[in-house]
Amino acid sequence: MEWSWTVVLDVMPKMLAGLVITIQATFIGAILAYVLGLMLAILKMSKSKPLAFSVYWSSEFVRRTPLLVQLYFLFYVLPDFGIFLEPFTAGVLGLGIHFSTYTSEVFRAGIENVPKGQWEAAKSLNYTPYQTMRYVILPQAIPPMIPPLANYLITMFKETPLLAAITVVELFNAANIYSNSNYKYLEPMTLVGVFFLLVSVPAAIAANRLEQKFKPEEVR
Amino acid sequence: MNEVLTFSPILIEGTITTIELTIASAIVALLISFIVGLARFSRHRFVRWTAVVYLEFFRGTSAIVQMFFMYYVLPLLGVNLSPLLAGVIACGLNIGAYGSEIVRAAVQSIGRPQHEAAISLNYNSYQLYRYVLIPQAIPMMIPTFGNLLIELLKLTAVASLITISDLTFMAQIIRVQTALTLEPFLVILVIYFAISSILIAMTNLIAKKFSKGRNTMQAGGN
Repeated sequence: MEWSWTVVLDVMPKMLAGLVITIQATFIGAILAYVLGLMLAILKMSKSKPLAFSVYWSSEFVRRTPLLVQLYFLFYVLPDFGIFLEPFTAGVLGLGIHFSTYTSEVFRAGIENVPKGQWEAAKSLNYTPYQTMRYVILPQAIPPMIPPLANYLITMFKETPLLAAITVVELFNAANIYSNSNYKYLEPMTLVGVFFLLVSVPAAIAANRLEQKFKPEEVR
Repeated sequence: MNEVLTFSPILIEGTITTIELTIASAIVALLISFIVGLARFSRHRFVRWTAVVYLEFFRGTSAIVQMFFMYYVLPLLGVNLSPLLAGVIACGLNIGAYGSEIVRAAVQSIGRPQHEAAISLNYNSYQLYRYVLIPQAIPMMIPTFGNLLIELLKLTAVASLITISDLTFMAQIIRVQTALTLEPFLVILVIYFAISSILIAMTNLIAKKFSKGRNTMQAGGN
């Protein structure tokens, strides 16, 4: 088995096009995961027991089952109920929903870690629940959340190849399709690995820097 | 639904394959976790660097890519792996990389005085790790290892893509043969949920057992 640069040149444009799809899926999926995650976190802390309970267990159900199966579910089951999604939409939706159950724990922990006195202070200033959240709790809760949320962004990036299973032609699938039609596996598969390393290693270093920057201060 | 019930033998078979795959990969991952995690403390720079390269490589490339690489590329290089073996190795090596960070962090968190106590007892470094650091680090590792076990179980679903006939693969077979969609996928989601929940309960039980008589334990959780 010889490494062939002709194959590399041949497959490269297809893979770069795939990389664009991968990055789009990662970012749209992440935005969805953050927004849904924050909503889930707030619902989990709801005073209504049945609501908090059902939200907790539905999110646990999603968290304890494989993303791949959830993608199949969105892709194959929904059309039977008259909901037709583009593969890309189904993929992004699956990524967003799956990881919102992880980010919701980050949001919940971040909000719960704000000292009780802050809530009491807001109350004594006669703040509405909205004002309490907007001006007191969230500004203190958000900075420590940033590093874990950034880490989930990297995790989601590495999960995007699963979208290949529902026919999205992202980075991995672009290489895979080329491999299957030309019987060249070595170069495309190696390149996919290299691409992933090129993105995720610097990203991991950046996330590490964020962690140093947002280290919780001892005294507030 | 009745139609799916006629497929229960293959669903049971798939469940067994998924469990086998999870257990076998978990054993590989646990070994790798300790080997790579402890290698980070080695006196030799070469050993430490090898561990870091391993960690960054397996964390940095996607698990599905690693699996396809082992299944499609290794045979070209003369290494023929059965799908099941490729799946176990890929899952084990990937999760092992994450596990090595758990081992490293837990061992690192054991305080300086413990090192000094071991030195004053004239322990060599094998004894230091074997009798002092690792026994104290293990209870801290358990809750995080529990989380990782769930990630591993979920990762095994990806192995269906390299033709391992696990639960996910069986659901696809039912879908193709019957054109049913909701039932097979819903059934396997419930089975996955049940397996995860059992694993979480087991981890919590083990964590509780280890935390007995210790006041420094972190809370369990999943």
